[in-house]
Amino acid sequence: MLAAASAPDLLYARQQMALSLGWHIVIACTGMAFPVIAVFAEWRGQRTGDPVYTQLARSWSKALAVLFAIGAVSGTILSFEFGILWPRWMSTYGDVMGLPFAIEGFAFFTEAIFVGIYLYGWDRLPPRVHLWSGIPIGIAGLASAFFVVAANGFMNTPTGFKVVDGKIVSVHPWAAMFNTSLWPEATHMILAAFIVTGFLVAMPHALALLRGSRDRYRRIGFLIPFAIACAVVPLQIVAGDWAARHVAVHQPVKLAAMEGLGKTTRGAPIHIGGFYTDGHVRFGIEIPDALSFLAFHHTNAVVQGLESVPPADRPPVNVVRFAFQTMVGIGTAMLGLGIWLMLAWRKRRDLPRSRWFYRLALVAGPAAVVALECGWITTEVGRQPWIVYNLMRTRDAVSTASGLRYGYFLLIVVYTALTVGAITVLRRLSRESGEPRAKRGGDLDGSHPASSRTRAASATGEAP
Amino acid sequence: MSLAVAVAVVMFVGITLYALFAGADFGGGFWDLFAGSAERGADARALIEHSVAPVWEANHVWLIFVLVVLWTAFPRAFGPIMSTLAMPLTLAAIGIILRGSAFAFRKASIPVETRRFFGAVFALSSVLTPFFLGAVVGGVASGRVPATGTGSLLRSWVNPTSMLGGAMAVVVCAFLAAVYLSADAAARGRADLTDYFARRAIGAGVVAGVVAAVGVVVLHADARHLFHHLTGRALPFLLLSVAGGLGTLALVRARQFGIARLSAALAVVAVLWGWAAGQYPYLIVGRLTITAGQGAHATLEALLGAVVVGLLVVAPALAWLLLLTRRGELVEENAHQN
Repeated sequence: MLAAASAPDLLYARQQMALSLGWHIVIACTGMAFPVIAVFAEWRGQRTGDPVYTQLARSWSKALAVLFAIGAVSGTILSFEFGILWPRWMSTYGDVMGLPFAIEGFAFFTEAIFVGIYLYGWDRLPPRVHLWSGIPIGIAGLASAFFVVAANGFMNTPTGFKVVDGKIVSVHPWAAMFNTSLWPEATHMILAAFIVTGFLVAMPHALALLRGSRDRYRRIGFLIPFAIACAVVPLQIVAGDWAARHVAVHQPVKLAAMEGLGKTTRGAPIHIGGFYTDGHVRFGIEIPDALSFLAFHHTNAVVQGLESVPPADRPPVNVVRFAFQTMVGIGTAMLGLGIWLMLAWRKRRDLPRSRWFYRLALVAGPAAVVALECGWITTEVGRQPWIVYNLMRTRDAVSTASGLRYGYFLLIVVYTALTVGAITVLRRLSRESGEPRAKRGGDLDGSHPASSRTRAASATGEAP
Repeated sequence: MSLAVAVAVVMFVGITLYALFAGADFGGGFWDLFAGSAERGADARALIEHSVAPVWEANHVWLIFVLVVLWTAFPRAFGPIMSTLAMPLTLAAIGIILRGSAFAFRKASIPVETRRFFGAVFALSSVLTPFFLGAVVGGVASGRVPATGTGSLLRSWVNPTSMLGGAMAVVVCAFLAAVYLSADAAARGRADLTDYFARRAIGAGVVAGVVAAVGVVVLHADARHLFHHLTGRALPFLLLSVAGGLGTLALVRARQFGIARLSAALAVVAVLWGWAAGQYPYLIVGRLTITAGQGAHATLEALLGAVVVGLLVVAPALAWLLLLTRRGELVEENAHQN
């Protein structure tokens, strides 16, 4: 087969896709959730007349401008790569699964238009109009995520067509779009966006608090995104359970890889830690019957094992399992952090005092990104060797062109430069947002906000 | 008109809008690149940044729209085109990434050195990206992409028609941008910048005419199908384009920038639709027709429906954005100066 000849470059094509998707997904998450957080702060500012909220919203919208720009362009390359790397996949399934992408295009369009208005309308638009111009960004962002995940859901649970003599017939694009994976996957993804963004946005403020500045700007700047992320974590655990149970029914081999289950088992256990070899997990902590219970809510349920399909149809178990366990572990730890915040708040109506809390809060941002990537590794690597589950193998989808690896090497350089540039610029923006207050002393300090019009105007006017 | 042709028309409208709007943004980068030293080019660069900043992301979406319609409605064309033209497309994609990021990074930076670096990346990639996209068009229009599978990675875009397409794209972007920018400068009452960009608009217009004239010879030798129809059924479009181009030069000289904008746009639209008429009925010239390359009928219907609903949502919002930009409501009063 032709595919065999291009096997050496298949790995590079997959790595390139993983790199560009893995990079874009982080930025896309911020593009979805960050505007909601900024608009929330702006709304609080207009409601309370407290200039700190407005100042935060303005400084966040500067960071948002950078993130949205690189998100818009890093998403575009994915559209190119669908064809450059996987032409045989697109030629076969493009018209079956393309519709949600087309709709997503319009959602993103709406988002881009209102981002232009929101980011550049601070000075001249009436405050109320400006606030309203932020609302469609959030709605369109959620819609974008929903439709893109619909296409990914199609890859996991393809539906909406028939295969007759190797040809695709009776295409129903709406049925393909509303495949069964859509709802659990999209919910899981959208909640993840709020967790990742919340923890990332809280980071610079956590650092400032750790370094001893305890003014209102820093405390509120920390509390809003951090509390949003913490509040979403329990919802995410429920959504994750939903997604996993869906996988158990519709992609049993993926679930078996996530848990390292070799043989089909009644009353299957879960293993925490360890690694998979020869059909078993070694050195893991075993919890009897737990997998059956979690997957089917019944301790005696039968869970399908990896050995139910030929070796060539199994994903690389340890990669999937390690990614899955890392994601679950990080999610659980985040729950603990949220409980800590809640207890402190209930006791004293104040942020925790312990420096350890802020150290952990600093780690929560990168950890959330790791969990996000691990989630995508679980679902994408867990589907292998299929690009369209049980229908088309990834190696039958890849381009037969030689030299795909050079594109990958080039992109490594580009994304490295981009990462360095983005972090440098965002760090500078966050430092800059702290400076004017420091110079003017503690006029935004304390628990009694100065809410006179002139004070508000001068605070926002001086915000960088 | 069959359903597939209707969708192809919609896709081509997307290409047209991308050329008119994003093309002007790329052209802005072109003039940024040639604006001279940081001190001398400061005013021109500030005007370019002003005009491009609030709209470029929205303008960029037309490209995504075109790609999405191509793979949804004409999946059999998408695979061969994208995989054969992998090299210029990868370079264009990298150009798009670097350009957008560098523009955002420059806006958010203060040190002159940093701004100069990001500015150079922005400007350079603004010139290279349209070149590679134009080269892609040349590969498709000269029939160098096979109907299935993957064609020659190199010859598909290193050929006379692709080089013509690339050069044409760069010049057209520069021409559009210079006309738009002279109108913007005039609206802001900046006589110096108005003259500055008016001179460049005329220069770019003349160069575009020369490239187009050379192009006729190139197409005659290298892309016979296209040449044949360009001098046949597509001829009215070409004549319209020539009239629009000459008209623009006269209008710019007469300082009638409002109408000059329109006639410059007309010149570009006409040349694009001339290409479309010349290429019809092919998606890939000589290899794959619109009818042969179309996807499932139900998908085409759903896609058209989605486009209609999508435009109903997007059009008023886009009109508001452009109106606000035109009225100067979208400015940062504390923006960093160059």
